[in-house]
Amino acid sequence: MRRESLNLPELSELQVLRHFNRLSQMNFSVELGMYPLGSCTMKYNPKVSEMIASSDAMKGAHPLQPAATVQGILSIFYDLERALCEITGMHRFSLSTAAGAQGELAGVLMIRKHLAEHGGGGRDEILVPDSAHGTNPASAAMAGFKVVKVPSGADGQVKASKVKELSSEKTAGMMFTVPNTLGLFEGEVKEVCDAVHAAGGLMYYDGANMNALLGRARPGDMGFDIVHLNLHKTFATPHGGGGPGAGPVGATRRLADYLPVPVVAKGKTGYSLDYGLRHSIGPLKGFIGNSAVLLRAYIYIRLLGASGLKDVSSMAVLAANYLWKSLDPEAFPASHEAGLLRKHEAVVSVKGELPGSAMTVAKAILDLGMHAPTVYFPLIVSEALMIEPTESEPEEMLDEYAEALNSIYAKMKDGTLGPVPKNTSVGKVDEVKASHPLTLRVHW
Amino acid sequence: MSGARRRHPLLPNLDDDFVGRMLRKVGAATVEDLFSDIPAGVKLGRPLRLPEGGSEYAVRREVQARLRQNKTPPETLCFLGGGVWPHYVPAAVESITSRQEFYTSYTPYQAEVSQGVLQALFEYQSLMCDLLGMEACNGSLYDWASAAGEAVRMVGRVTGRNKVLLGGNIGPQRRGVIRTYIEPMGMTLETVDFDRATGKMDSEDLKKKLSEDVACLYFENPNYFGVIEDEAPEVTSLVHRSGALVVAGVDPISLSLIREPGAYGADISVGEGQPLGIPMNYGGPHLGIFAVKDIKLARSMPGRLIGLTTPVADQQRKAFAMVLQAREQHIRREGAMSNVCTNQSLMAIAAASYLSLLGKDGFRRLGEAIIANSHFAAKRLSRIDGVVSPHFKGAFFKEFVVSYKKAKAESVFGRLAKRGVLAGSPTHREVGSQSGLYCVTEVHTRDDIEALATALEEAV
Repeated sequence: MRRESLNLPELSELQVLRHFNRLSQMNFSVELGMYPLGSCTMKYNPKVSEMIASSDAMKGAHPLQPAATVQGILSIFYDLERALCEITGMHRFSLSTAAGAQGELAGVLMIRKHLAEHGGGGRDEILVPDSAHGTNPASAAMAGFKVVKVPSGADGQVKASKVKELSSEKTAGMMFTVPNTLGLFEGEVKEVCDAVHAAGGLMYYDGANMNALLGRARPGDMGFDIVHLNLHKTFATPHGGGGPGAGPVGATRRLADYLPVPVVAKGKTGYSLDYGLRHSIGPLKGFIGNSAVLLRAYIYIRLLGASGLKDVSSMAVLAANYLWKSLDPEAFPASHEAGLLRKHEAVVSVKGELPGSAMTVAKAILDLGMHAPTVYFPLIVSEALMIEPTESEPEEMLDEYAEALNSIYAKMKDGTLGPVPKNTSVGKVDEVKASHPLTLRVHW
Repeated sequence: MSGARRRHPLLPNLDDDFVGRMLRKVGAATVEDLFSDIPAGVKLGRPLRLPEGGSEYAVRREVQARLRQNKTPPETLCFLGGGVWPHYVPAAVESITSRQEFYTSYTPYQAEVSQGVLQALFEYQSLMCDLLGMEACNGSLYDWASAAGEAVRMVGRVTGRNKVLLGGNIGPQRRGVIRTYIEPMGMTLETVDFDRATGKMDSEDLKKKLSEDVACLYFENPNYFGVIEDEAPEVTSLVHRSGALVVAGVDPISLSLIREPGAYGADISVGEGQPLGIPMNYGGPHLGIFAVKDIKLARSMPGRLIGLTTPVADQQRKAFAMVLQAREQHIRREGAMSNVCTNQSLMAIAAASYLSLLGKDGFRRLGEAIIANSHFAAKRLSRIDGVVSPHFKGAFFKEFVVSYKKAKAESVFGRLAKRGVLAGSPTHREVGSQSGLYCVTEVHTRDDIEALATALEEAV
């Protein structure tokens, strides 16, 4: 069983550092410029969190250590869990899920198990609005459900009457994002929850956009049974060029016993991990959770505190509306109801809606040292630009971004834009060719 | 928003003048008005019941004081394993993963400004393919256990069969997560026994359990007991003969010396990339490795894949982009191979830089140092009265099971911890109530091992 050959490069330490440092210079990041990638977005990640998370007392802790030897981090987890419960109106959280999508999977598995144990095993449909993130239908399908698409109303919001019409004895529940991906608060959210509950289903809150509601409204008060949160977007944890994230999942008292294990417990002898929840769907991650990410979220909550968190949602919503109103409405018409306020983000179309025009705007703004909005999402908006500036961006940066988009459009219109992007480390990348790969690795 | 200016380092617009100007453009009178679309019935009519925020200094002091209650190296000795292991993280790796260009960026949706992350991930995929003997590796999944769960789901999709065989000597964490992942697919699990003397898989039992409805065998090499499955080539051909696939779970650092899964016929390799330059972090973030032997299977894979292409206007130049995205949730929605969106990119960059730094020679020498240390330790512990070390006769890499003639593993585990030695996590479900798992790596000195032996002498 001895290995016969091993093909790894032979390089000096300095060569390796030069290589990766050079690569890092070919990468945009939030500390280099504005990153208003709607729905995903990057806000500033406080340096102090990096400093604390890099301590040996965090990095060197092994997940199988006896609880008595990790009271420090366990007490932080406990306080983080209490804070997330208060922020969302849930009874208990499991911090174990490694990303938002895994939190979603946990949530729909909890729905499945709860129903199976309460005579609802035949319910195999999950309602998902047409404006939802792709992870929602994908998570529902992974948990064995059929996805029933709920069309949004003309105003971009889900109507309780439509939900009633689509609910039946087959309905297991609904996954609902509030505010939705159009940046709109779902005005009938309470009625939608009531309708699904009346049909015998459970309500799942996709907390991707909870950053808009901190200290303002809580999914628990709206009628949701299960919640997940994306810690990077609401609680300023880094995103590592695609990950790691963390996606804690919370539940009301009725569903708390179904959470994925472990959960943190506090007893007479201190804090511990509890693997014994009676109805748990089981573990989804090998060891505990993305602990170093959870720690950063806790630090952020401690830095802001009760009123600071409310200020975060205020400033995020103010920035989103301000940037949106600074755009030329002729060039970038609002996706829905221009008269309605937005929450964390705004979605506009590129006027004329010529195929490819949103992509051109996106590539052109890269040339100006700013990141593009999310493009072509949500799917129900043609030539969509989805813009989420976050509370981190100062007014003058928002002005600059709006001005950039407006002038790009003007140049597109009069034909002077030219090929874009031209200032990036490579020109426009051929993604069509990339989708027919002959190789997914390099040989040397 | 009434009263004085109270700008905050994280909230640049929190200032009466700024807010006033911005509200005018929005057409709202107050910040409260921005939330007028939230119906009164669901509005939170009170402040959050949380402490007020603290200064950076105060928070740093408080959180660091709490973390110091953790007992960790170097003050405490850690000989724990089981899927997360104490290894040295080179300073150069930390330097690279501390680059804000890497850690404060999002998924590389705009390839032209994300070539750094994209190329680093492509290099990770390439290095892992070499290490594993595979043809396609994705850009990472959450951790070993969830990668194993995704692998078994993928095998279910590809083969249409619904029974999964699991080695009886795999880690309980992987077993638990695989069960959660496959439950909705209606797949069933069956355990293949292991040889009580060697700790290796019992191939006679495997033969008995192979049938036409078996989708795959998932086994680990080295297995949970640290024992090397040196009959892996025979095992894979047995499984292949029944038309099933083989999923191998590996500790990548063991592949410095042990034959790679591609060389003994594994179809899918998963594993925990944490040893490759990633701290233990009390459970995460870690690195889920996922790779396939046949490039045709890449289209059924979960997770992000990075491919090589060119700029549109310059066919001579290299460029990198996410590829085969039609497998993924943001395109395919309910038809996607997985719901995975966020992965562990930064950890994959750590692994790529780690392997580049060590190189062929350094990596092999590291493996030799580990195996020398672990065997020295196992032998040293065997001299203690009432201790059988190693418990299994099979050849082992960096972990081994130790059994105690008189003491319960739970009490030994607790007593060792009280003496500042973290070692011997109980393996009661797999082996018995009087045995524990030990892990010895390059970070342990002879003195450390002597200290472990002294503590164990007192604990058994």
